[in-house]
Amino acid sequence: MPRRKVVTGFLLAAGSVAGSVLVRRRAARRRERVDLYAEDGTMLSFADDSPEGERLLAIARTILP
Amino acid sequence: MLGAMDADQAIADLTEISPQVRDVVVIGSDGALAGTNAGTARAEAVAQAAQQLLAAADDARSAHGAGATAQLEAAANAGSVFVIRDADRVIAATTTPEPTVGLVFYDLKTCLRSIDEPRPRRRARKPDDAAA
Repeated sequence: MPRRKVVTGFLLAAGSVAGSVLVRRRAARRRERVDLYAEDGTMLSFADDSPEGERLLAIARTILP
Repeated sequence: MLGAMDADQAIADLTEISPQVRDVVVIGSDGALAGTNAGTARAEAVAQAAQQLLAAADDARSAHGAGATAQLEAAANAGSVFVIRDADRVIAATTTPEPTVGLVFYDLKTCLRSIDEPRPRRRARKPDDAAA
């Protein structure tokens, strides 16, 4: 019985670690960016570390909570 | 397809079907606020930011040899800002973080179109029609 408890505890701990890793990876993937679309469907995307992205995101942040 | 309606009513319908959308402003062809679901000060701030975003977006696109911006999404951690430029009108909205981008663009365009569409003319019913 105690051995079963140890296994259960181990599985719970492993699950928690795996979950936190997944959450961290997902958060890291979510980067701030700006996507600009033209009439013809072309799209330009600027990340937050580009000068264009920085400028546009600064404007957007003035109206975001 | 929705019929023509008041801008505020169209925005109310939009926020009802799209819970991700927070503040919405519609800017008319004259540059004035045509409709919003936000308070006056907040609406003016969103409208001003939308115009600034479009101007900065056009600058960025022309610097890369691309044409004018028709629509944009600025995605920040706190949420996103969407701006769509029609021929002479602009609709802008703020959303919750990580919105369903395609759906928000679609809902905003539908909202703008529903304001744009002219009211269908109703032909006066003649007595002969009623008899037929």
